[in-house]
Amino acid sequence: MSILAAARSRTARTRRVTRIPTPALWVAAGFLLLLLLSALFPRLFTGTDPVRTDIGAALLAPGPGHPFGTDQAGRDVFARVIYGSRYSLVIGFGATLIALLAGLVIGSLAGLMRRVGDGVLSRAIEIVMAFPEFLLALIVIAIIGPGEASLLIAVAIAVIPSYARVARVQTLVVKRAGYVEAARTLGVPPAVTVLRHVVPNTLGPLLVMATMGIGTAITAAAGLSFLGLGPKPPTPEWGLILSEGRNFLATAWWIAVFPGLVITATVVSTSVLGRHLQASAAGRQR
Amino acid sequence: MILVVWGAATVGFFSLRLIPGDPVNVLVGLGNVSQRVRDQIRADWGLVDPLLLQYFHYLGRLLQGDLGTSYRMQQPVVAVIGQQLAPTMQLMGLAIAFAVLLAVGSALLGRGRRTGPMAGLLELVAVSSPTFWIGLVLIGVFGFGLGWFPVVATAGFGALVLPAVTLAIPVAGILSQVLRQGLDDAAALPFVDTVRARGASQTRLVLRHTLRHAAANSVTLTGYIVGSLLGGSVLVETVFARPGLGRVALNAIVNRDVPVVLGIIVLAAVSFSLVNLLVDFVADRLDPRLATEQAYA
Repeated sequence: MSILAAARSRTARTRRVTRIPTPALWVAAGFLLLLLLSALFPRLFTGTDPVRTDIGAALLAPGPGHPFGTDQAGRDVFARVIYGSRYSLVIGFGATLIALLAGLVIGSLAGLMRRVGDGVLSRAIEIVMAFPEFLLALIVIAIIGPGEASLLIAVAIAVIPSYARVARVQTLVVKRAGYVEAARTLGVPPAVTVLRHVVPNTLGPLLVMATMGIGTAITAAAGLSFLGLGPKPPTPEWGLILSEGRNFLATAWWIAVFPGLVITATVVSTSVLGRHLQASAAGRQR
Repeated sequence: MILVVWGAATVGFFSLRLIPGDPVNVLVGLGNVSQRVRDQIRADWGLVDPLLLQYFHYLGRLLQGDLGTSYRMQQPVVAVIGQQLAPTMQLMGLAIAFAVLLAVGSALLGRGRRTGPMAGLLELVAVSSPTFWIGLVLIGVFGFGLGWFPVVATAGFGALVLPAVTLAIPVAGILSQVLRQGLDDAAALPFVDTVRARGASQTRLVLRHTLRHAAANSVTLTGYIVGSLLGGSVLVETVFARPGLGRVALNAIVNRDVPVVLGIIVLAAVSFSLVNLLVDFVADRLDPRLATEQAYA
């Protein structure tokens, strides 16, 4: 075997797609399912009111009755984290869905248009992508003002350009595919071809991106509300709980630690799921 | 580069006009002033001119390096940003150094069959944890718990360590992922056999040859990394109550201080463009093939 062939076979071995181990996949999916349940039916997990104060039970360490401890006003941190999942999931899913749809429309338009239209849209995407997503979200908040709905819109707008870019590239690829060519030759109207062939085939990579994007969106939204730009206290929102916990780090670490752990676990789970989708998509192509 | 800065300034200028409310309210603060004074202020700040005229005035001043005057602080935006540039640059500089150290370390250690998945898991957690939460945990453990580092922002190097580590961790995660992939790919290239045949040791091979190949890949990430550091500095400076650009940006956004927000936008666009120029330059040096490819393209 020549050196080159040996090198090539080694390349083939290292170039394998990293598979996610099955147990990790189940843990990630299970965690997200629990999160979904807690957002829909928080009473299944806790009977405690997340905003009821009880000064007598302030700053209690984690223990029986209060698995995550209590905060400075005696509110149960576990109940607040459970109820908080609704805000985070609504913003995470909502923002990602908006960004996905807007990105798909802008990106496929750019990919389908002729030179000038594509040029203008691509340049616009490029300019917006010069900004870090978090800074972009902050600027959007500066324009539309703080609040829960603003959070969702700001996070969505901040990530639209990334989706648009992927959608554009994918559209350019699909546009030249054999089946599109065939549809055109058979005289299928362009609009039908786009809706029935181009868009569905562009959607795949975008959905993989969106799966991972939900986690990013949740982190970004928590960051914005940590800065005080989202819901007002005492709303049980993850970022807000963390910012309240900041003042009690010396005496009550649990207020800040547990919500952060839950956010991290959420993002890890969406990434694991996204990577699995990516790997199986890559496997199908070969 | 000019296009990006111009585009950012233009989009920023017009979209910030959409902010509801009267800028005069921001200018006078909470004070109660008569309509006559308000009109006077409006005229002084050029807010009565047609929008397009204001826009061209702004562009003209921008060309001379003038970003206008802050509504809130009554001083030039260039001065406001200039004063806060140093602390943020120190923070970002140290963060990049930590990130590179951590990433190279984890990429070199995480090459084995057993350590690989471990490194992968650490990278995933590092990338997934919210920056501000990492900061809080570090303050709790090393500030309050062990007392190694000051908890509040003071002058000196000690106070810079925790914020820089906070900012570095997610970046190190991404960098390590790319480096490990790069090392893996480079290890399969034909030149590895040549270097081995020359009798070079494994250490020399990795440090002198494959690491260099892997680095060329990760340099292209620099733009993304600087961007995420800039965005992250807003959070980190808030967590650690440090002065800096992030705080200036946040205050300007909360107070609706339009000239300062616009100044930050222009600054971000300029730094993005500069970083990209630099990346192209460095990438050519690290991988001479890139330069020749461009020459023949």
